[in-house]
Amino acid sequence: MKVDGQRELRFVSLDGLLGYGYPEESLRRAMELDPHFVGVDAGSTDPGPYYLGNGTAFVRPAQVKRDLALGLRAALDHGVPLIVGTAGGSGARPHVEAFLDILAQIARQDGRHFRVAVIWADIDPAVVIDGLRAGKISPCGPVPPLTEQAVRSCVRIVGQMGTGPIIRALETGADVIIAGRACDTAVFAAPAIRAGFDPGLALHLGKIAECGALCAEPQAAADCIVGRLRDDHFLVWPPNPARRCTPDSVAAHSLYEQPDPDCFYEPEGKVDLTGCSFEDAGDGWVKVSGSKLISSDPPTIKLEGVALRGYRAVSIAGVRDPRIIEHIDDLESGVRGAVAANLKGTNAEDNYSLRFIRYGLDGTTWRGQGEAQSRQAGDPSMDGGALPAEIGLVIEAVAPTQELADTVVALARATSLHQSFAGRKTTAGNLAFPFSPSDLQGGPVYEFAIYHLLETADPDSLFRIEIREM
Amino acid sequence: MRLYDLAKVIRSKNAGPFTVTIDLMFADAATYQSVLASPKLTAQEIGLLYGVDPAAVIIRPFAAIRTIKVALPRRVSSGAPGDADVYGSQQHFPLAALEIEGVSLPNPAGC
Repeated sequence: MKVDGQRELRFVSLDGLLGYGYPEESLRRAMELDPHFVGVDAGSTDPGPYYLGNGTAFVRPAQVKRDLALGLRAALDHGVPLIVGTAGGSGARPHVEAFLDILAQIARQDGRHFRVAVIWADIDPAVVIDGLRAGKISPCGPVPPLTEQAVRSCVRIVGQMGTGPIIRALETGADVIIAGRACDTAVFAAPAIRAGFDPGLALHLGKIAECGALCAEPQAAADCIVGRLRDDHFLVWPPNPARRCTPDSVAAHSLYEQPDPDCFYEPEGKVDLTGCSFEDAGDGWVKVSGSKLISSDPPTIKLEGVALRGYRAVSIAGVRDPRIIEHIDDLESGVRGAVAANLKGTNAEDNYSLRFIRYGLDGTTWRGQGEAQSRQAGDPSMDGGALPAEIGLVIEAVAPTQELADTVVALARATSLHQSFAGRKTTAGNLAFPFSPSDLQGGPVYEFAIYHLLETADPDSLFRIEIREM
Repeated sequence: MRLYDLAKVIRSKNAGPFTVTIDLMFADAATYQSVLASPKLTAQEIGLLYGVDPAAVIIRPFAAIRTIKVALPRRVSSGAPGDADVYGSQQHFPLAALEIEGVSLPNPAGC
């Protein structure tokens, strides 16, 4: 694999998230470059804690099947491995099992046989508690310190594997590697590090490629990107002729969803970007050099765990009347008081939370329970102090049981409809409900309780590999 | 001029479930430098705007693409009870409304 005197490793990243739906033609063009593997990231914490907690995916099985089938056929036809990271969205056992079911369906339909290396990423709470007692756990960012109680409250814990377990899986000679929770970069950097390429360049290229064509112009998570790693630089290129990479688009993507523009952290260490250069290499290709890995010792693994916090119910309504919009804080506090009075004796106010999300005023702003209109909504430099012509209202309850959440929302919704306040004109009803029924169940509500780093001398031992024939 | 008008791109996104990061990208080096040097763009001011501890607010320049990166803790972690923005994609306000006094965009060539 030598090109212009340098070794070269090529790959295609199918899309920013398996199931987002890349054009088939992009993959066909990418495969013409004879990639050494096909990779894709299939998960994220972006959609929040629910999916890890509930053991379900945030992409529908039909979406996964479409993207996976095309990528699998391309890889098998070219005799190169397919590597999937964070299978099933969150990468815990139920997610990976559901993903393997989809893979098995494709195998049966296509009448193909292949060897799968599955890498499990579930972490035993006892391992976390041992780490905690040994002082080997630290918060990852502005996260509360971990307690044993918080560990025990988690319904599911995973660890983000680095390149090590994927390299071991490659060494089994498997045709397909299905990894549970994995660092996005590890999927793409593992084959490169195994082949002896510079790990700093390999991880930086992985960081860019894991989002599909989000580093191109126009941006798209739902399209392929091609990476070419060489001894002292790498190149990226979108196979879709409607896009191109520019030095700015690729550099901008290096900053994406991470807090520091100068570096990012992986289990392998800190990737220093301060010496990086981004150059136009022609025909939509961008050349990147200068990324450096500074190894961390001891190695750390990022843990993710979620705890159940209750059950949600919501009611959605619109408000058009200006007098109500003007008095929305009064309406809210009146309803809050009425609901508390109604539930007095059966449920204390601290047994549930009731929230009014006011779209058009400050719905996108974090606001404490019962906190009045935010500075943003009232900021005259933003809107001249004028109130909006209409607002959307989401009334939300979170309670220890679905029944109580449903009850709190039903009470709050009915009270809001008829709540009076000073100067009210709309004495026949305050709310426009778009739906019947007006109330919807949101199911369980989870919260990230673990987002911490575990120091461990042998991180790879946390991730067990299992071989399955399909 | 408001940051919203000065920046060519102003975007926000989670950097993990506990942090939100806001990228301010400028079309020209002069605007980037002026905003970076402005006494208004401080951790103190941003902490006040978002109701978070200013000591936890990070402001980092990335000169290669004329970008200022701001990172701050989320008041509520992604998707937890009380959250308003699971992906953190609309948290560039209220920062975007910040008035940077004495800085305006250069006139386009020929005007």
